[in-house]
Amino acid sequence: MDVVVCVKQVPDTEQPIRVRPDGGGVEEQGLNWILNYYDEHAVEEALRVREKHGGTVTVVCVGPARATEALRTALAMGADEAVHVQDPALDGADHLGVARVLAETIRQLRYDLVLCGRLATDDNASVVGPALAEYLGLPQATAISRLDISDGVAAVEREVEGGVEVLQVPLPAVFTVERTINEPRYPTLPGIMKAKRKEIRTLGLRDLGLEPGQVGAEAARVRYSRFDPPPRREAGRVVTPDSPEEGARLIAQFLQETAKVL
Amino acid sequence: MDFALSEEHRLVQQTARDFATREILPVASRLDAEHRFPAEIVRGLAELGLMGVMVPEEYGGAGMDNVAYVLAMEEVARACASTAAILSVNNSLVCDPILRYGTEPQKRRYLPVLASGREIGCYCLTEPQAGSDAASLQTTGRLDGDSWVLNGTKVFVTNAREAWVFIVYARTEPEPGARGISAFIVERDHPGISVGKVERKMGLLASSTCEVLLQDCRVPRDNLLGAPGEGFKVALSTLDGGRIGIAAQAVGIARAALEESVAYARERRQFGRPIAEFQAIQWKIADMATRIDAARLLTLRAAWLRDQGKRCTAEASMAKLFASETAMFAAHQGVQIFGGYGYIKDYPVERYFRDAKITEIYEGTSEIQRLVIARNLLA
Ligand SMILES: Cc1cc2nc3c(=O)[nH]c(=O)nc-3n(C[C@H](O)[C@H](O)[C@H](O)COP(=O)(O)OP(=O)(O)OC[C@H]3O[C@@H](n4cnc5c(N)ncnc54)[C@H](O)[C@@H]3O)c2cc1C
Repeated sequence: MDVVVCVKQVPDTEQPIRVRPDGGGVEEQGLNWILNYYDEHAVEEALRVREKHGGTVTVVCVGPARATEALRTALAMGADEAVHVQDPALDGADHLGVARVLAETIRQLRYDLVLCGRLATDDNASVVGPALAEYLGLPQATAISRLDISDGVAAVEREVEGGVEVLQVPLPAVFTVERTINEPRYPTLPGIMKAKRKEIRTLGLRDLGLEPGQVGAEAARVRYSRFDPPPRREAGRVVTPDSPEEGARLIAQFLQETAKVL
Repeated sequence: MDFALSEEHRLVQQTARDFATREILPVASRLDAEHRFPAEIVRGLAELGLMGVMVPEEYGGAGMDNVAYVLAMEEVARACASTAAILSVNNSLVCDPILRYGTEPQKRRYLPVLASGREIGCYCLTEPQAGSDAASLQTTGRLDGDSWVLNGTKVFVTNAREAWVFIVYARTEPEPGARGISAFIVERDHPGISVGKVERKMGLLASSTCEVLLQDCRVPRDNLLGAPGEGFKVALSTLDGGRIGIAAQAVGIARAALEESVAYARERRQFGRPIAEFQAIQWKIADMATRIDAARLLTLRAAWLRDQGKRCTAEASMAKLFASETAMFAAHQGVQIFGGYGYIKDYPVERYFRDAKITEIYEGTSEIQRLVIARNLLA
């Protein structure tokens, strides 16, 4: 079973994220970049598939030079190979552009299964996985919380409102994973040393037979117009009633008239 | 000049940070309250390769360097200083001297067990009458047939309650002072070694600090570590590395105090605004951050020097001195920023305050570090 995992490098949300003064994006200086949490789960699931069924795990990333580190993290967790697509022409590519680049990359690889995270914690779009399945012409299931493979068919579970949906999906297929699917392993120090010795293959758009006009900024159907920081949290208001009844009345009044939630 | 960490160092830092944040931080306060040795966490750290960071892969270690070690130490200490002490003793004070001075059979017997965390080690130098003046130690060792017979009492031994390997320093020649001291590897199962009183302490409560009694303790002749009479050299070169680890532990404690203080100063409101808006609080935070950065840079430099195989005694002392005083300063300021809540056990700065102090004392007090630094300039 050869598994391809698509990974993205995102800012660590444990740290404060600041919007640039010009509103054109987030301040990248000083950010700590990490492997997207959901993708960590996807890598973990791929490693478990390999442990059970044999085969290989290849991680693929479309992103700037710094994103190599996300691939290195996945290699340190135990992935076999890594492919990094970086091209200046991808500046300003939208999610569909990235999905198309991934599709062309994956076509060059051997795969029985493609895994992605359910979303990336930077823009929460949840678009790349499903779009990738479309470009590859493969069946897909999103936000899966369980994966079992036998005889070329995957049984997957999805947590839906009030229950669990169980699907049978013929492979090859594309799945995006929910964080409940597993508990990812930590990259170990010996794993990091091993990853250091592995080569990361770097590809540009030309290697994939793609033109900037097909996937880059020009082709983007989504353009960001502006980023705003979230509003500052206002101070709470304290009421000092003379009686519990008075307190209840003041709070009800606040909920109705000021907060407008009732 | 390049201040950027290499990719593998960043990965080590990240993996240690993730592990510390997810597995250690949530239980640190409880370990402290219950004085409980974090056995499960030590197992987890061992799986990551952190119990033998600098032990080569052929002996079951991670095969990394001092820079990786201090980066990981800072992350662990930021979550739990006790766990960092356990880690530091195993790496710096036990694995390191065996690696540097051990014979091939000694390395094969001890390193894989210690690096895998199956067993841990401890370091027995201090005695009731020999603290800062360690060279005045009185424990004796004499050769009797095929064994060494050790007699004496060691105190304040970190990890002794849980340890399998004891690095013991004893006087084997009649000469006084540093000459005549030899180092030994003693196993818990060797006859005549026992763990005495477990101390009740101010801080570092999840790590054991014990008396170790040697009563006609017999160890095989081959368990001498290094040449006879070379023990004090082993002790001192081991402490160079150990002090770098303690410096990193101190940076971690200081950073924890800073992070908690920043978060609290933003939330806590008095006089109608967050206390973070008062300049008095801002200055404390600025001073903490500046000293922490300086302490970290001194620590990384000392680690880097040791990785280059360069002499780093003074630099290790400077890092340890400055970082431990920074930990104390930051914990002190942290408690102040928290006001009355800083004095209450429900808030972590109370623990940082108790934990920070030890970094100014063990592996050489601040006075001894100043002595080492000055001697280096004046001798
Ligand atoms: C929690 C804990 C864990 C420890 N873990 C270990 C361990 O694992 N292994 C181990 O061997 N030891 C360990 N120690 C012992 C520790 O290293 C010693 O306590 C320390 O070196 C100081 O020795 P002392 O306590 O005898 O103080 P003393 O040496 O008696 O010092 C008392 C005071 O006099 C000052 N002083 C002494 N000499 C001079 C001088 N020449 N000039 C100026 N001032 C001086 C000291 O700085 C200090 O302020 C531990 C101690 C503690 C508390």
